[in-house]
Amino acid sequence: MAEFLHMGGYGAYVWAAYTVFVVVLFADALMPLWQRRNTLREIDARLRRESNRKSTP
Amino acid sequence: MPACTGTMKMSPLVLWFHKLGSPPYFYRLAGRFLPWLYAIALVTGAVGLYGGLVVAPADYQQGDSFRMIYVHVPCAWMSLFVYAFMAANSFVALVWRIKLSETLAMASAPVGAAFTFITLVSGSLWGKPMWGTWWTWDARLTSELVLLFLYLGVIGLYHAIEDARQAARAAAFLALIGVVNLPIVHYSVVWWNTLHQGQTVSLMGQSKISSSMLWPLLTMAFATHVYFFASLLARSRAALLALESGKEWVRGIAQAREAHAHG
Amino acid sequence: MKPGTTSAACTALLKRDLALTWRRRGDALNPLLFAIIVVALFPFALGPEAQILERIAAGTIFVAVLLASLLSLDSLFRSDLDDGSLEQLVLSPHPLSLLLACKIAIHWLTTAVPLIAAAPLLAMLLHLPDSVLPVLLAALALATPLLSLIGAICVALTVALRRSGMLLTLLVLPLIVPVLIFGAGACNAAQAGLPYAAPLLWLAAWLVLALVLAPLATAAALRISLT
Repeated sequence: MAEFLHMGGYGAYVWAAYTVFVVVLFADALMPLWQRRNTLREIDARLRRESNRKSTP
Repeated sequence: MPACTGTMKMSPLVLWFHKLGSPPYFYRLAGRFLPWLYAIALVTGAVGLYGGLVVAPADYQQGDSFRMIYVHVPCAWMSLFVYAFMAANSFVALVWRIKLSETLAMASAPVGAAFTFITLVSGSLWGKPMWGTWWTWDARLTSELVLLFLYLGVIGLYHAIEDARQAARAAAFLALIGVVNLPIVHYSVVWWNTLHQGQTVSLMGQSKISSSMLWPLLTMAFATHVYFFASLLARSRAALLALESGKEWVRGIAQAREAHAHG
Repeated sequence: MKPGTTSAACTALLKRDLALTWRRRGDALNPLLFAIIVVALFPFALGPEAQILERIAAGTIFVAVLLASLLSLDSLFRSDLDDGSLEQLVLSPHPLSLLLACKIAIHWLTTAVPLIAAAPLLAMLLHLPDSVLPVLLAALALATPLLSLIGAICVALTVALRRSGMLLTLLVLPLIVPVLIFGAGACNAAQAGLPYAAPLLWLAAWLVLALVLAPLATAAALRISLT
């Protein structure tokens, strides 16, 4: 296992590269979810405001 | 009442194409594909990474550091593929004014930029043990850096303009200018490199790649492609929600979600 | 000259732009001043030794001219946009690309030509060998119109933005890298005693292409921005 992490002396570089790969793509996958949540939240707020305006005479 | 004669039957493919142009249809269809695409990308990516880290034998010249190829090269390929995809959609969006193409083109830009960024960072990490330097102005890395700027320009322009459709058209136009520029930049940088440096540094080295080293690379290439389409669809769906937020179908989705949350 | 013809329109536009620039000729000299300052900073940063300075001279002058031109690009359409004449141009019956080509030509004449004229001064400041100066002037004469033409497309895309800031620079830079590589490359080759005709010819070829295509692209970009 230590051999695996050591990667013949290049461990830091190899694992850094693989980590960057996973982290950046993971962040990229999260962004549309975050954007969608924000949009829906805005729409909810807008609908609530509209229904308040209609209900108050 | 005259009978309706001679109505032309639309081929199902053309019909489906037209349906795709409707945002709610695309939203639903993309939503059905999305989990599968993510799943396939995850599984094939895991297999590819395992193959690259464990199964493939160490290179006799570069030792274990060559394993970075399994991250660096697929991302490099994707950075170019996504730009071509973005440019193709930009062309369709500008010439035929197809709204879906605008959305797809703008959604591809951040993913392409992400792949380009990973390419540059992994290239830099590969360069340090190989050539002893964090950065080198070798032709391919330099072209990749310019490519990153092209992506950032498209993203920046798209976000700078207020009106979403106008912004998409301007950014699409820029993407097309960039695609014309890409081969010119690459050629210039190659020329520039030969003028200034005698040695040519090749990331892959002179050795031919053996099959046991090749299959993880191809697997990763497949995985990154599938991931791109997954991310593209997810971003397009999110973008459509925002763009069409005033429309009835979006309200329906928001209300259903609200009901589901409070039900 | 018959009024209402395209050639009359172009002549009127040329005269107008020249007159407008003449009225604000102080502003037109800003890029020149900027380039001189940038070039003058390098010896302070690198030391006064002629050997080091002459090694970087051609490239530094090119970068200084490029940056100065970038600064001046924004003024290409700014005043016309502000007073509404840009929209008039777009709406006019004459080919927009031709009118824009006239505008770009005047802009190059008033911002880049002073820079080229100042090139011998800049070369002297950085100890550029005398033999390289003609090559530098030729390269600048080919590169600066390319800068103006390619830059015009990017300016057209960002013209409607209130504060574009660094965005214009970000857009122009990747497109301008080949021009810089070949322009400065020609000078460096000449300095090293190597043949320098090829990069100059490449610049010339691209310039011819840009003269035809860039105004068309600028017109298209302007239409996108102003709708």
